[in-house]
Amino acid sequence: MSWSWFHKLGSPKWFFQWSKKWAPPVFCLGVLGIVVGTAWGLAFAPKDYLQGNVFRIIYLHVPSAILAESCYLSLGIAGFVFLVWQMKMAPIFIKAMAPIGAVMAAIALFSGSIWGKPTWGTWWVWDARLTSVLVLFMLYMGIIAIQNALDDRVLADKAAAVICVVGVINLPIIKYSVVWWNTLHQPATFSFMKKPDMPEVMWMPLLICVVSFYLFVAGLVIWRMQTEILRREHRASWLKTEVVGDGI
Amino acid sequence: MHPVRRKRLITIAIIVLVLSGAIGLVLYALQQNINLFYTPTQIALGDAPTGVNIRAGGMVVKGSVKRDINTLFVSFNVTDFKHTVHIEYHGILPDLFREGQGIVAQGKLLSNGTFLASQVLAKHDEKYMPPDVANALKQAKDNTPSKPYNDN
Repeated sequence: MSWSWFHKLGSPKWFFQWSKKWAPPVFCLGVLGIVVGTAWGLAFAPKDYLQGNVFRIIYLHVPSAILAESCYLSLGIAGFVFLVWQMKMAPIFIKAMAPIGAVMAAIALFSGSIWGKPTWGTWWVWDARLTSVLVLFMLYMGIIAIQNALDDRVLADKAAAVICVVGVINLPIIKYSVVWWNTLHQPATFSFMKKPDMPEVMWMPLLICVVSFYLFVAGLVIWRMQTEILRREHRASWLKTEVVGDGI
Repeated sequence: MHPVRRKRLITIAIIVLVLSGAIGLVLYALQQNINLFYTPTQIALGDAPTGVNIRAGGMVVKGSVKRDINTLFVSFNVTDFKHTVHIEYHGILPDLFREGQGIVAQGKLLSNGTFLASQVLAKHDEKYMPPDVANALKQAKDNTPSKPYNDN
């Protein structure tokens, strides 16, 4: 199998053409999966014996929390690629992905808070897990702010990439915060090593939600990258032909 | 690899490694402050300060919960299966509070070893179960005093 299609994605022109084909199906599949997963989780999955229906927040909380971390990891890789190889697509990806990750982190914090009040008895507690996710949210805010604040685009992209790379240190802290320190937050629901500690009727819709959140974010980020390419390459002649060809 | 790129790669790798090391050391030094609560063993060993606001956490000992009928006063013991701490609390407990449940209490440790709580939070684990499965398990064992959740 040839990797040339992958290398071509590094050029805005090829990516633009490729994305027009792939963004809609990936995005639609994601939306469909979220509808199926949440409907299954919220209406058909059994409630928890201890927490009752409050437990169903898991179908929003866990996917958004996983995505908040995954999005940041992808930003870290993109930042690294930009700093070392200075690929044109990397800062475009960072620009497109950062707000999505920020929203995911915000949803995780917000839904966790709503879950915490009836179960733990508090909206917020400064334990290691909650605090490190708040730091993650702040990092996203920093990336968005610095990429928009500096007028020199190359400098702005570099500064954002540095935050992306350095912030990756926070990811293992989030992941292992519930192991290294004693926290109010419980250990992870999903792990690669063992099956989740709940019956299949409960984790199946959760798995669907997690996978479709990934697809949804992938579709969304490809679309946002298209927009960013339009903004950055608006003088390029290939783009003009491309856009005229679409009849816009 | 192009020498310029190799140089950039090495620079970034060193920066990230040094920063991770620094943050790791900071977290290690602050370990006691990052821990949300003191365990009963730490309290028994005298690691927890008395008279200042701290948190204590552990499992509520089965059969130790005593409620006052006329007031909101409640007292119970928490354990980490090595040592036990007596906690007294005046207020509303979270829904998940029950015997055998992990809790975290905020308050002051008195010099006589009693913990006077101003807030009690319930922990829960990552094990979820439908009510009928929980009931079946309970009937099978029938030694858990835990009450299944029953609304609607």
